[in-house]
Amino acid sequence: MNNKNQIIINGNKLSFERGETILNVARRNNIEIPTLCELKGASPTGACRICVVEVKGAKALITACSTSAENGMDVMTESPDVISSRKETLNLLLASGNHNCAISGVKDWTQFQLNVCKDEGNNEELCPSWGECKLQDLCFRYQAIGGQYEQKRTKYPAELANPFIIRDFSRCILCGRCVQACNEIQVNEAINFGYRGADTKIVAAGDRPLKDSDCVFCGECIQVCPVGALVEKDARYTARSWKTEKVKTTCTYCGVGCQIFLHIRNNKIIKVTGDAESPPNYGSLCVKGRFGFDFVNSSERLTSPLIRKDGELKEATWSEALNFTAKNFAKIKDNYGGDSIGVLTSARITNEENYIANKFTRAVLNTNNIDHCARL
Amino acid sequence: MTNTIADIEKADVILVTGSNTTENHPVISSFIKRAVKFKNKKLIVIDPRKIKLVEFADIWIRPALGADVAWINGLMHVIIKEDLYDKRFVEERTVGFEQLKEITAKFTPEYAEKITEIPADKIIEAARLYAGAKAGSILYCMGITQHITGTDNVKSLANLAMLCGNLGIEGGGVNPLRGQNNVQGACDMGGLPDVYSGYQKVILPEMRQKMETAWKVPILPDKPGLKATEMIPNAHTGELKALYVIGENPLVSDPDLNHAKKCMEHLDFLVVQDIFLTETAKLADVVLPSKCFAEKDGTFSNTERRIQRVRKAVEAPGHARDDWKIISEIALRMGYSMHYEDSEKIMEEIAFVTPSYGGITYQKLEKEGGIYWPCPNTEHPGTPILHVGTFPIGKGVFNAIDYIEPAEKTDEEYPMYLTTGRIIYHYHTGTMTMKSEGLNERAPECFVEITNNDAEKYKLIEGGKVNVTSRRGEIDAVVKISDKAVSGTVFIPFHFANAAANMLTNAALDPISKIPEFKVCAVKLSLVEAN
Repeated sequence: MNNKNQIIINGNKLSFERGETILNVARRNNIEIPTLCELKGASPTGACRICVVEVKGAKALITACSTSAENGMDVMTESPDVISSRKETLNLLLASGNHNCAISGVKDWTQFQLNVCKDEGNNEELCPSWGECKLQDLCFRYQAIGGQYEQKRTKYPAELANPFIIRDFSRCILCGRCVQACNEIQVNEAINFGYRGADTKIVAAGDRPLKDSDCVFCGECIQVCPVGALVEKDARYTARSWKTEKVKTTCTYCGVGCQIFLHIRNNKIIKVTGDAESPPNYGSLCVKGRFGFDFVNSSERLTSPLIRKDGELKEATWSEALNFTAKNFAKIKDNYGGDSIGVLTSARITNEENYIANKFTRAVLNTNNIDHCARL
Repeated sequence: MTNTIADIEKADVILVTGSNTTENHPVISSFIKRAVKFKNKKLIVIDPRKIKLVEFADIWIRPALGADVAWINGLMHVIIKEDLYDKRFVEERTVGFEQLKEITAKFTPEYAEKITEIPADKIIEAARLYAGAKAGSILYCMGITQHITGTDNVKSLANLAMLCGNLGIEGGGVNPLRGQNNVQGACDMGGLPDVYSGYQKVILPEMRQKMETAWKVPILPDKPGLKATEMIPNAHTGELKALYVIGENPLVSDPDLNHAKKCMEHLDFLVVQDIFLTETAKLADVVLPSKCFAEKDGTFSNTERRIQRVRKAVEAPGHARDDWKIISEIALRMGYSMHYEDSEKIMEEIAFVTPSYGGITYQKLEKEGGIYWPCPNTEHPGTPILHVGTFPIGKGVFNAIDYIEPAEKTDEEYPMYLTTGRIIYHYHTGTMTMKSEGLNERAPECFVEITNNDAEKYKLIEGGKVNVTSRRGEIDAVVKISDKAVSGTVFIPFHFANAAANMLTNAALDPISKIPEFKVCAVKLSLVEAN
């Protein structure tokens, strides 16, 4: 066995490629190291320190996401020191803001909850990302309940001044995933870290609201936010994961064919997310794909066939409308031939439906007069 | 696309032309921006407007509207003259090189500059950069196709790619970015006047026989049908008596709308099947309510030829029905049974009659997520890159193409050019996006993008109103002074029915593809006084 590129993780001897991080080697071998700030496709920062591991002989714990594997390294991913460090990090994060997820051991829960409600301007009992929060998951896992540190309150009010994204700084843990998503994944370069030290805040240029910045509301930042700091405005408290169903499908806008999840509650789409695992988009979406779904449930949708009578379109039954249509097509075909009828099929409907339109035009109307708006 | 979206990041040089990618295909634009920013790839943007992508470009070239053949020939002139072309590819895989050489001989950078207004040295620079790439990817969109020379423009880009051996390789390709979710699929499925599904030609007797047998009909018509842009005028002459419009809104999307409306009013019978009472549906004799994408099962084929599932997530409102069921019901009432249990059964028939979809089943799609056609059988993994090793027709053909002027030039009466397109917050005729308050808040109304100098010339102020008039119609819209704009040209998005840019556009068509010249027409501007 080649001893050159070999590393030991939790007692397992594993080979690695040069330049591979400890985290990648572990993942490849199904050894789970928890992460928070790490973002697929972006450069590792080691900012959150959740992925720390113990390396025999090293003075301090190191971050697995940003440290390259080296030959002979002996790594422990869940040693007592590692666990206690992660717990400490989590406790600090819990104390850093309005993490009212009922796992918190804050001394005066009632007062804490009242403060949160005041910040929010509502009476919601739980953080909007409850059940879908990476911080919450990790706190459960490491039994971090907070309460040891003074509960901090942010000085930055939530930004509500755009139609799509709520930026709730009281829940931001400054992991930087949104900054990376904006700069390294979508490359819209709208947001970054601003101010310093305890004042640090994620800002658009000049600390302007998103609506006045370079932001194009792709919502990638919401999708990667591990906590409840960035949420869809319209789904903030409605998209509770235990009350919604997710259906994977293909976006209906441009030709990219982004793979999306529709989040359904009571027969209504309440939010859309990108499927991070699927090509072509790997989770990325644009403003239309993520936020432009209101049309589905619009009250202006056509719900009944209409037939023109006395110059006006009037509601009709399916049977009336279909008979009327078939009769007229047949009459025109008989009188003037199939070529006197044209069909505009659609770049919006499915392959199966286009095939049926093609078959109907040629086999039933007996014409090749079929086209669609490919040119328009 | 000959190549995949993921392939874009594998190109050494990316040439984007006639595509405002960040607004029209935002997710694809991320692949381009990442390639440039983090993978040290080179970007050439060739577009009259100073679009966002220009900020990422190594070279930005600003051609005159409609001068595409001239700059492409100019590039090829330099590449041939400086001996930068891929001789092996040209020799082994193409025919017609001598004719190409002959036609491009006169397109010296200086000659091309006269037509395109691109400085000669920029043409040389771009030619060297593109030809120097191991793999060069060309991405284009409607800025290339929506001209009377649209077909010529596309063929010229194909010439350029073949000349540099950029077909059939990873990171290469000629890649049209398709603007609608299933425009690829509509073409694949025979939603075109001259072909059945899988581009099987209706003029070929063996194809007709095959379909006659499959569809159990005695005889299928052998003459290619009318293209969309021909159907509408044919309604005016009375040759077309009836039109069945499914999920389209020609009364906003078509050129020269005043005329289009008159044509449609001439029809004896107009059926519109849609999810909303669109501008077109309002003219119909019968309106049939259909389901939208979230309410149905099926597949879409994206711009990279990837066939992907569409899944029902919610119930449709009221009595809305699947489009295929509505069509089948009409067929039945005309004496032809088109009964299918579900969309999966239709796909079985598609696979049976369509060689490039031969291996597509819902089961395979479920397992593999998405499949690139051609996929001739169920064991086939699909084809992410086209033309590897050979072209379907054997050798690739260079087409010697000369430059032709746009159909309408500016003159004393109409001194400005108009070019149209989309913006990020809206989609096509806006029937869907304009139902979102948020999107409307971001982009509430139609605007006229203009340079500061041109605005001053016509005494227009930012946010004020301007009247834009062409030989065909007029609209009023809000002035938007922008450094994206081109001197002497205004840009207007075509989404807004109440100030429809297509009132102004020219219905002059490309002789082959019959695409209208949306990207160039002549207009005049005048200030609309505030009341």
